[in-house]
Amino acid sequence: MIEVRNLVKEFDGTMVLKNIDATFQKGVVNIIIGKSGSGKTVMLKCLVGLTVPTSGEILYDGRNLITMRSREVRRLRRDIGMLFQGAALFDSRSVLENVMFPLEMFSRKNRRERRRRAEFCLERVDMLDAANLLPSEISGGMKKRAAIARAIVLNPKYLFCDEPNSGLDPKTSQVIDELISDITSDFNITTVVVSHDMNSVINIGDNVIFLNEGIKEWEGSKSQVMDADNEKLNDFVFASDLFRKIKVAEDIISEDEKG
Amino acid sequence: MIYAEEIKISIFAATKHEQKCPMRIISSLESVGEYALLLKRVLTLPDRFSQFLKEFLKGVYALGVNSIWIVVIISFFIGAVIVLQIAVNIDSPMLPRFTVGMVSREIILLEFSSTIMCLILSGKVGSNIASELGSMRITEQVDALEIMGVNSANYLILPKIAAFVAFMPVLVIFSMFMGLFGGYFICLVLGTPSVETYVYGIQAFFTESFVWYSILKSMLFGFIISSVAAFFGYTASGGALEVGEASTRSVVINSILILATDLVFTQLAMG
Repeated sequence: MIEVRNLVKEFDGTMVLKNIDATFQKGVVNIIIGKSGSGKTVMLKCLVGLTVPTSGEILYDGRNLITMRSREVRRLRRDIGMLFQGAALFDSRSVLENVMFPLEMFSRKNRRERRRRAEFCLERVDMLDAANLLPSEISGGMKKRAAIARAIVLNPKYLFCDEPNSGLDPKTSQVIDELISDITSDFNITTVVVSHDMNSVINIGDNVIFLNEGIKEWEGSKSQVMDADNEKLNDFVFASDLFRKIKVAEDIISEDEKG
Repeated sequence: MIYAEEIKISIFAATKHEQKCPMRIISSLESVGEYALLLKRVLTLPDRFSQFLKEFLKGVYALGVNSIWIVVIISFFIGAVIVLQIAVNIDSPMLPRFTVGMVSREIILLEFSSTIMCLILSGKVGSNIASELGSMRITEQVDALEIMGVNSANYLILPKIAAFVAFMPVLVIFSMFMGLFGGYFICLVLGTPSVETYVYGIQAFFTESFVWYSILKSMLFGFIISSVAAFFGYTASGGALEVGEASTRSVVINSILILATDLVFTQLAMG
């Protein structure tokens, strides 16, 4: 479980995150949504320690990330898997070598065991056929799947995903969403996803946090998002024509049922 | 009226200039501090020695072995030109002809094969390191390493510095040999001075320590080239344009640093 208390981040006097409090539970997919510039990515970077917050606490199962020594942070990070927006695979290594990399750095397994573990993870994301290809030779969706395999290869306790569906078609986005959801429940890990894709929210958002101009405006589950009584959230959700139509259809059906 | 406007503009420009100068100094000092902090992170024991060795060998090939051809070509031609220029310009009955070989040898050994060759390599190797690390930075590959708990600075930069510094003596020896061979070739073609006189000249009053001095100096330059280029690449941010700028800046700063260090090193070692 990850707890965030009074998280504040300022850049040159401008407050980007304003006293955020949140709890990210184990075994569920936590999604942070919001418009571009709402502070989602800054919050994610604070959570993983790539950006130092101005004030506040980030507790990983009770251990405060902000007061940790750099050696402790590095040790904690071995329990963290992260899927970056652009996948961030190492260009000079094949897909298999990318997945094997964390094992080469931190595991005591021999080469054969490392290879077997990496192939297991690649099979889990349905990427074993592309194991020997370079990142430049595979599609965006395949890169994301390979990055997920690399993120889970060390059995992390925490998984972070930054815009996992950006630049992907709806079908591939759904595959990635399902993969994240399955991995979260199968391995019982704490997953935090940053996204502005409402399809992801509806598909896998067990716990949804809506950020607006650095403030946590709303929190609830995927089933509550469509009926939330929050004007700013409604503006965000129903900015999509599709979701507006779904809402209208749902309202008509519920009125019919009442009638 | 126009005159008053001009004064206003010039005052405004001057004020702006005054504001910019201290900011530039502060920003330069900040960069020096950041460079020192980066080196502190780089110069630590590797997490995994096997991984370090793998990256070190890759670095030897990419930065060292791949630079041999440029060193060979440039050294051959510059060596030939040095001998040609000296042969034409030192044409006095007061000086024996073997002076051409002797002076050429000193130039090639003391300055060309170390300083000038490093200036050229700062363009090739420096831009290579800066652009590779800069690209890794903007595509979040460096962040990915950090998230895994890897000391990214140590993992990415240390093998490059070690590989380039370790391979530098090989490049310098190649350069010395090819420079002297270029001179030999020009003597063979033009016949003035004769090949025998040239060979006698390059052996006359030979001081072995000059070779060691040159190798030592080039290793110092190798450290400067690789670490400064790595600093600019590692701290790059933005997009492709910024990576290009970082690469260019690394070459410019490296060139200045090499020349300044050469002056200090020469004074300390020879003065």
